[in-house]
Amino acid sequence: MNNIPKTLKYSRTHEWVRQDDEILTVGITDHAQCMLGDLVYVELPEPESSIEMGQECGVVESVKAAADIYSPVSGEIIEINEALLDSPQLVNEDPYGKGWLFRLRPFENKVAGLLTADQYSKQIASEAH
Amino acid sequence: MGKKTPLYECHLNANAKIVDFAGWDMPLHYGSQLQEHHHVRHDAGIFDVSHMTIIDGKGHDVAACLRRLVANNIDRLTPNKALYTCMLNEQGGVIDDLIIYKITDDFYRLVVNSATHDKDLAWIKKQSTGYDVTFKEQSDLAMVAIQGPHVRAMLFDLFDVHDAQAIADLKPFYAVNSPRLFVGRTGYTGEDGFEVILPADDAPSFWQKCLDLKIYPCGLGARDTLRLEAGLNLYGADMNESTTPLESNLAWTIAWQPQERDFIGRQALEKQLQSGVKQQLVGLVLEGQGVLRNHQKVMIEGKGEGEITSGSFSPTLNKGIALARVPANMGAQCTVEVRGKYVPAQVIKPPFVRQGKRAFEFNKMEQENNE
Repeated sequence: MNNIPKTLKYSRTHEWVRQDDEILTVGITDHAQCMLGDLVYVELPEPESSIEMGQECGVVESVKAAADIYSPVSGEIIEINEALLDSPQLVNEDPYGKGWLFRLRPFENKVAGLLTADQYSKQIASEAH
Repeated sequence: MGKKTPLYECHLNANAKIVDFAGWDMPLHYGSQLQEHHHVRHDAGIFDVSHMTIIDGKGHDVAACLRRLVANNIDRLTPNKALYTCMLNEQGGVIDDLIIYKITDDFYRLVVNSATHDKDLAWIKKQSTGYDVTFKEQSDLAMVAIQGPHVRAMLFDLFDVHDAQAIADLKPFYAVNSPRLFVGRTGYTGEDGFEVILPADDAPSFWQKCLDLKIYPCGLGARDTLRLEAGLNLYGADMNESTTPLESNLAWTIAWQPQERDFIGRQALEKQLQSGVKQQLVGLVLEGQGVLRNHQKVMIEGKGEGEITSGSFSPTLNKGIALARVPANMGAQCTVEVRGKYVPAQVIKPPFVRQGKRAFEFNKMEQENNE
């Protein structure tokens, strides 16, 4: 079974979001990295760029497939995980830790429209059938 | 539910991720296809390839039939030697690629792809009509490939002393045929190694013996990146019934001599040679970061366009690589459309990797970038 931490919020497109004060950290879920297999290339958004919720803002590519990253919230990119450019496998090894993708400052204080761990868990269970 | 090889339970025990491959439930990887790839390049790996079709041809006319059936010439074979060849249709298109082992004058063993199982058997049956030969699928056999630079050092731990000595003495593309065991020094990875055919009942214990010796279980994912680095074509991707061996970097597998040998497709190939072969299969190396994918468009200035037939990522080179079908006589440089962007790639003659090392020279610009 894939790891789905209760403390995080999730998007339907398999990103996770961690809130620390007014800063959000975004990555892809354990389920997503498992489905993709070994990642070999990651493209991240430009720092200081503004992105809208649901907007394509990066790519993760495994040997077998490429998947777009969609921003789970609207905001300004304040930091990207540059370690991934040389070591994309960090996403496989530690998707909720060292494999984070980017940090952003949301335009609105209240982050809406994301799934709880239970809701996300139900979603991937339904996708499997 | 797909078909299962005699090693299916072994794959589940090794935590394989199982995928459908041509109707078979096969291991894609056992955790990390990149690690599996590196194990084969630097150490030793084992693949279950029991989904491939083994066909034994026996009878007085088996050689005569094969002389007509395939584009390479089985008269090049001596007992226990193997030959790689294409089986063509009348238009010169490739029905399948296969390995033929000569066992004796009236016994040859064919190993064909699993995805082409039905049409191959039907074609062989049709073309062998009128010959004194029977071709029979051997579905009670299993096949594994043990590949990598350290495999030869383990032979005496894997086989009894008599077989091990015979296998250790094999030159590339030769085989040992002993009771309940058939071992060829062949493979699909570009590394030294062996393909082992044995009764289905013997396969799980042989598999376990390999794992106990730290031979790493490897899935179809690593098999694909290894064969691509080695510049080996994949049937259905790099060639099919509408492409000829001349257009598929396989001209070397066509035996033109003796001229009177009228193999199926010969006339079409001769005609294509006369009128000029207009397409070729080449290797591409992406200059920047990223991964090349099947069906991406390739553009060559002043020469036209082509298409990637097998695109992937080379774990050895850490670069996107591909085989691509492009116009003949193109230069050393092209552009590939990757996810809406136009990126430069270098054109090479495969292989990309030989014995664990890069097998081509970077072009000048790239060299400077790398220094």
